[in-house]
Amino acid sequence: MNDYVNEPMLEMYIFETSQLLEQLEQAIMECEKSNVYPQEAVNEIFRLMHSIKGSSAMMLFNEVSTLAHTVEDLFYFLREQKPKIVDCAKLSDLVLESIDFVKVEIEKIKGRDEADGKATLLIDKLKDFLLLLKSQNDCEGSLERPKTNKNQQYYIAVEKKSDMLSENKYKATIFFEEDCKMENIRAYTIIHRLAEISEEIFYTPQDICENEDSSADIREKGFQILMKTNQPYEKVYEFLMQTIFLKELILIQLEDNQEFESSYTAQRTNIENSADKIPYTEQKQDKNQSSKEVYNQGNQAMISVNVNKLDKLMDLVGEMVIAESMVTKNPEIQHLELENFQKAARQLHKITAELQDMVMSIRMVPLSTTFLKMHRIMRDMCKKLGKEVRLEVVGEETEVDKNIIERISDPLMHLIRNAIDHGIEDKEERGQRGKDKIGTIVLEAKNQGNDVLVIIKDDGRGLNKSKIIQKARENGLLEKSETDMTDKEIYSLILLPGFSTKENITEFSGRGVGMDVVTKNLEKVGGSVAVESTEDVGTIITLKIPLTLAIIDGMNIKVGDSRYTIPIVAIKESFRCQDESYFTDPDDNEMIMVRGQCYPILRLHKYHQVKTKIKKISEGILIMVEQNEKVICLFADALLGQQQVVVKALPNYIKNIKNINGIAGCTLLGDGSISLILDVGGFMDSQRL
Amino acid sequence: MSKDRIEEFEEGIEDTQKGKFLTFSLGKESYGISIEFVTEIIGILSITEVPQVPEYIRGIVNLRGKIIPVMDMRLRFRKAFREYNERTCIIVIDILGNSVGLIVDSVAEVTAIPEEDIVVPPMTHSGSSNKYIMGIGKVGHDVKLLLDCQKLIDKEEIDNFELTI
Repeated sequence: MNDYVNEPMLEMYIFETSQLLEQLEQAIMECEKSNVYPQEAVNEIFRLMHSIKGSSAMMLFNEVSTLAHTVEDLFYFLREQKPKIVDCAKLSDLVLESIDFVKVEIEKIKGRDEADGKATLLIDKLKDFLLLLKSQNDCEGSLERPKTNKNQQYYIAVEKKSDMLSENKYKATIFFEEDCKMENIRAYTIIHRLAEISEEIFYTPQDICENEDSSADIREKGFQILMKTNQPYEKVYEFLMQTIFLKELILIQLEDNQEFESSYTAQRTNIENSADKIPYTEQKQDKNQSSKEVYNQGNQAMISVNVNKLDKLMDLVGEMVIAESMVTKNPEIQHLELENFQKAARQLHKITAELQDMVMSIRMVPLSTTFLKMHRIMRDMCKKLGKEVRLEVVGEETEVDKNIIERISDPLMHLIRNAIDHGIEDKEERGQRGKDKIGTIVLEAKNQGNDVLVIIKDDGRGLNKSKIIQKARENGLLEKSETDMTDKEIYSLILLPGFSTKENITEFSGRGVGMDVVTKNLEKVGGSVAVESTEDVGTIITLKIPLTLAIIDGMNIKVGDSRYTIPIVAIKESFRCQDESYFTDPDDNEMIMVRGQCYPILRLHKYHQVKTKIKKISEGILIMVEQNEKVICLFADALLGQQQVVVKALPNYIKNIKNINGIAGCTLLGDGSISLILDVGGFMDSQRL
Repeated sequence: MSKDRIEEFEEGIEDTQKGKFLTFSLGKESYGISIEFVTEIIGILSITEVPQVPEYIRGIVNLRGKIIPVMDMRLRFRKAFREYNERTCIIVIDILGNSVGLIVDSVAEVTAIPEEDIVVPPMTHSGSSNKYIMGIGKVGHDVKLLLDCQKLIDKEEIDNFELTI
């Protein structure tokens, strides 16, 4: 059904609607906290719902649009009647449920599936609630939303308004095919498209947007349009013939202005700045303008940019840095005394460095939106489980690279769920133990060097060591005797796959997947998880996340003519080796003894088949690297030095040909040459250690 | 602007590109590729070798911050390797968003070869050796072997190549 909708519009729709939903959710969560719906909030929610309705109708996602319409009705009532008795909890539930429905539909649209969810049940619930509100607050008659009080709505396309007077006037009557459904929306689409080629449009029935019954009218009498345009008859005819489900089109060119003018003698309101705004909201919006401005101030200084453009910008700046060093370190000027040139070069260097920092910082996004999502999860869980938990958020302004944010949202969700489900006790239990009845979860983020720490701290029952050990033994997860294990090791057991202490599986957690998924997700972005706990006092889970994926600290090494970069985090040490400490086993595997421990040696030149003159272990250098507690020594010609590098993926073409083991990507060095980034984990796999 | 006009415009671009080929030489033979795939022609850059890939993929180069793989066409067609010199060129082609550089001995010119001057390559005994050639173009007394770019970077073709080695 949507195949004629062009892509950029759909993309915009998805983006906008997701943002609106986020704002809506925030507004509702705030109201729920204070348990009142203040006037500004009602206005805000009304406005947001209205936008969602409008754009969804435009894109012909009718179920979403009808649902939004019903919610809008509800808030219209709240705004106009200001009822005294409102069941805030029920209201929040309903609206949040509606938001969830729209979210699901948006996900479907994103995945290019048909948005086929049915909101009928939800709409009925909303209507019932509205009826209940009406009866409780004892207001009659005046509840109907006034039908548009203008006789005519018409659109004026801005750019065409002033500079030409169109001579041609047409009257068109359109009949749709009998069973095409939603005639009003289809009519609206025609008007919207017509607005592009005509200066003025009038149509009957007028209330196609607000009143679904207008469909019946259109079915009976046809949809009538009067318009002024400078297009010739054939063009207009052709244009209207493109309408889908068109059954019959009668297009008449009008000779004089009479009929035209008679149709709008009543009121004339100009809607100048927007082609798809509907007059009645326009009016209302004026009233609310001042309060809304205050409400929106936080968002004003933001624009949204396509991430691809940022990536491009980063590439360009990277290139510029290289170009700069190619100019200032050019061998042709190396031996000249150029005092002024050097001064200018230093200035240039300073600016480019600043520029690079700035571009990097653009990609950084505060964690606040991710943290806000947690509020919602907590609310839903507490309701279901009958627990009362307060979420304290600290340091949500801490910034992390955009890519990373996307990947830590799920793990965080798991952890919060775990904390509420397993950690925080029931109200009674808490009372018995002399704790505050309301549990507390602290969600904290802070910077630490090149990492960000996200700490989830609850004041629940804590982890039970003996239970963990017992469970681990049952599942065969114990590797050494339990008496030898430190507290930290015991707690880390819960991070292993297939471990779950909760006997009963609940809706939210306890499927035995949670924690190991958390660990996996974090390892993917180069982070780690640590667990601390004290029984009866609570549990602290610390996530360590790198600031960015795009830049790593790397050690550049040389093998023959090739250059490689090893992530600094993986390097334990590097050293030259004496002949006596190195030996070969009968299978020709080379080993080295360092401080009583034996490690395998991997010759990079052999592994990557690079020609080099340095083949004797004692002539080159050994770099001891570690990943997942496995250690291996890499043999290279020489170290070149440490550098922050921008990680780039290998071209798709090469990735398609072969999945190269041991190469994580590539990077550009200061002189413009390419260095391959070694994937330490990849070596381990290929060695089957 | 009306839709029709835009379409006309786009068609116009396609028209000017149609039937035009960038010709280059590899040893004695002259080849041509349709210019609609060609994004640019550059001199040889310093190439970073990538391990574990077929020999004809010489590695990756840094093209203004964009990293693209380069393929030596001599090795691709199993000719002897020749050291690169100042005549050596990299033709950057773009196929479905994948940029690939083709290393050739030298680039000649862009010529128009009308459709009637293009003949289908004859079947050979082995049957498959002409799979990269989509046609043979006649320009005066010369013949140009017209390459099928799509096939050049096809994954299946690559697998076959590796098998036959």
